[in-house]
Amino acid sequence: MRRRSDEARPPAALSNPKIRSAVYQVLLIAAVVWLVVQIVLNARANLGTRVSGFDFLWQSAGFGINQTLIPYDESSTYARVFLVGLLNTLLVAVLGIVFATLLGFAVGIGRLSSNWLVARIAGGYVELIRNLPLLFQILFWYLAVLSVLPLPRQAISFFGVMFLSIRGLQVPMLQPSEGMIYVAAAFAFGVVATIAEGIRLKRLRERTGRQVSLTWRALVLMGGLPLLVFVAAGAPLKLDVPRLEGFNFTGGVRMRPELLALLVSLTTYTAAFIAEVVRAGILGVPRGQIEAASALGLRRAQILRLVLIPQALRIIVPPLTNQYLNLTKNTSLGISIGYPDLFAVFAGTAANQTSQPIEIIGITMVVYLTLSLATSLLMNWYNARVRLTER
Amino acid sequence: MSEAAPTSFVRREMVAAGPPPHAKTGGAARALRARLFRGPVNAILTLLSLALVVALAWPTIRFLLVDAVWTGSDREACLAETAGREVGACWPFVTAKFDQLMFGFYPDSQRWRVVLTYLIGALLLGPLLIPRFPFKLANAFLFFVAFPILAFVLLVGGMFGLRLVETNLWGGLLVTLVITFTGIVGSLPLSILLALGRRSELPIIRGAATAFIEFWRGVPLITVLFFATYMLPLFLPGNWQVDGLLRVLIGVVMFSAAYLAEVVRDGLQAIPRGQFEGAMALGLGYWRMMGLVVLPQALRLVIPGLVNSFIALFKDTTLVLIVAIFDLLGQLRASFADPNWATPVTLFTGFAFTGMIYFAVSFGMSRYALFTERRLNAPR
Repeated sequence: MRRRSDEARPPAALSNPKIRSAVYQVLLIAAVVWLVVQIVLNARANLGTRVSGFDFLWQSAGFGINQTLIPYDESSTYARVFLVGLLNTLLVAVLGIVFATLLGFAVGIGRLSSNWLVARIAGGYVELIRNLPLLFQILFWYLAVLSVLPLPRQAISFFGVMFLSIRGLQVPMLQPSEGMIYVAAAFAFGVVATIAEGIRLKRLRERTGRQVSLTWRALVLMGGLPLLVFVAAGAPLKLDVPRLEGFNFTGGVRMRPELLALLVSLTTYTAAFIAEVVRAGILGVPRGQIEAASALGLRRAQILRLVLIPQALRIIVPPLTNQYLNLTKNTSLGISIGYPDLFAVFAGTAANQTSQPIEIIGITMVVYLTLSLATSLLMNWYNARVRLTER
Repeated sequence: MSEAAPTSFVRREMVAAGPPPHAKTGGAARALRARLFRGPVNAILTLLSLALVVALAWPTIRFLLVDAVWTGSDREACLAETAGREVGACWPFVTAKFDQLMFGFYPDSQRWRVVLTYLIGALLLGPLLIPRFPFKLANAFLFFVAFPILAFVLLVGGMFGLRLVETNLWGGLLVTLVITFTGIVGSLPLSILLALGRRSELPIIRGAATAFIEFWRGVPLITVLFFATYMLPLFLPGNWQVDGLLRVLIGVVMFSAAYLAEVVRDGLQAIPRGQFEGAMALGLGYWRMMGLVVLPQALRLVIPGLVNSFIALFKDTTLVLIVAIFDLLGQLRASFADPNWATPVTLFTGFAFTGMIYFAVSFGMSRYALFTERRLNAPR
């Protein structure tokens, strides 16, 4: 009886977990290697005699880009195109992150307001924005909203310093002159001195128990000192306010409609997600923490600063960073409205022109991957740092 | 000890009844005051919000209903000059473009096939969503395995006497739904394998699954679509012709599988160790342990997360318009180019109409996710 059932089984070697796991893994490696070889062979056959490699980066690109943060013209190289695109991506990403954070926190806190109407409006905003595709919103802002704006002569004025017209948003710009470098140096010194002072005060507190507030010293070092230098250097900073001259504006900086549409839609879209993150973070702090803090006699502001915010941030920061990353990746949708970000000018135009799409899309993917992986590494580090230490 | 007696206190009469709790008195007016006008800051906030609501809602209602034009055959009907008043939404535009927005250029005579597919899908999906309905396993099999095959036969044709309809004729909501549904059906099994792989004890399998997931999650979907559309043909044998829509579908499935895998992994992590140990003690092997004990529990736990991922996938389908596939949004954009309907209100009308479709589907799905979440959290 026993022998018969043994015979029906697979050979003993395959029942051995160690051998079996080795077999599985070798099979996987073989499959992956086979796939890669196939891909390379096919690509080689399909590409035929087309050139490959990264030499194209040093060839002249020969096309214009309508928004460049660094000097660029049609004779610049593809490497320069890459840089211009990357900077444009970062411009939208940084501005978007700043505005989305402000709006997102406001809406998230608004949803928890005791005021019924405020909470409802915030809730309605989140529901409406989150349930419409981002690309829909980008096209809506770009095609519908920004196209009905008036000509520069009838531009909508914001306090006489910003002007919104069909040509975009004209914003004032700070124009530093030479003396500004001393102010910057004074500020840098202030930052270093504040950090040093903070460390000194912390040591003092640990040694003697005396608590000295850093706030005033920091204000003097980082605010007062640079201000003094600024005045001494003869106010080397001019605000360049746009003015209407003829049919157009001079002065200030023009934010093109593409940039504006992308920025507005990314900001409002991401803010809705940030609002949910913030709400979950605040609700995630147990009620008992706040009750215990008020039982200890802390004032409302102290409860916020010492108990609620530090604990809420621990919950908020990881998903918040995720939202920042999403926003950065979503800047690639700018290609749909012609915003010259990394993806549009490099993976779009440059890839078309060079007939080396594999290299170019590869580089683009690596950029986004690096951003993602760097962010998740940062997050792992942060999570490890703020993790509750249970003793 | 008797001298201590005077310090003790014994109440001799009843305490007077206190005022009733704040919220329970005074009816609606009082409740309104407590919720909206407690303190000057609150009152100002309320008034500001009220102004905001009125400033947003009234123009919207006027545009969509009051000032809207309901009949007409071309742009003339929707011009302020011909109407002799301020003009809101131009609904005749939507009527004229409705077929295109729904079906793209799917031949008129064959559209019953699309409608039939929708009907069968709805009939199978309905009972699947209602938890009380029996025969869940058979139902799921029909919806996730049999229905896709049937839908493929019906929509593509070229067999059983059905005319072949090339996918480049497809468009509008049809393409949006096809991509969403294929994305879901295709990526779910793949994501389960990936999640299991990422939690595997075999280092190479774990590494491969992790690398796969992190790669797709690290790049924007649009790069994936570009990759699939323009580079996939380079990596396949020269004689393989891959349909344009199919290329996009492959990209979407890979991308969505990576995201779903993380959701499924969450569920696997939530299963207590004892369940694994219990299954092993019963003598179940790896696949039977996962298939019979762990996955049924894990997947039930992550239904809300899965539905939320499906919403993201549904919204992300719009990106295909960048690689020249005409989904609902792409078809809308194309319809704006028609000079017969070029009026100042055409754009807003089109966005309002498609916006309602997108909102209705996503909102419905998110409510369903919420419902399943409440059901999971309810004490059993």
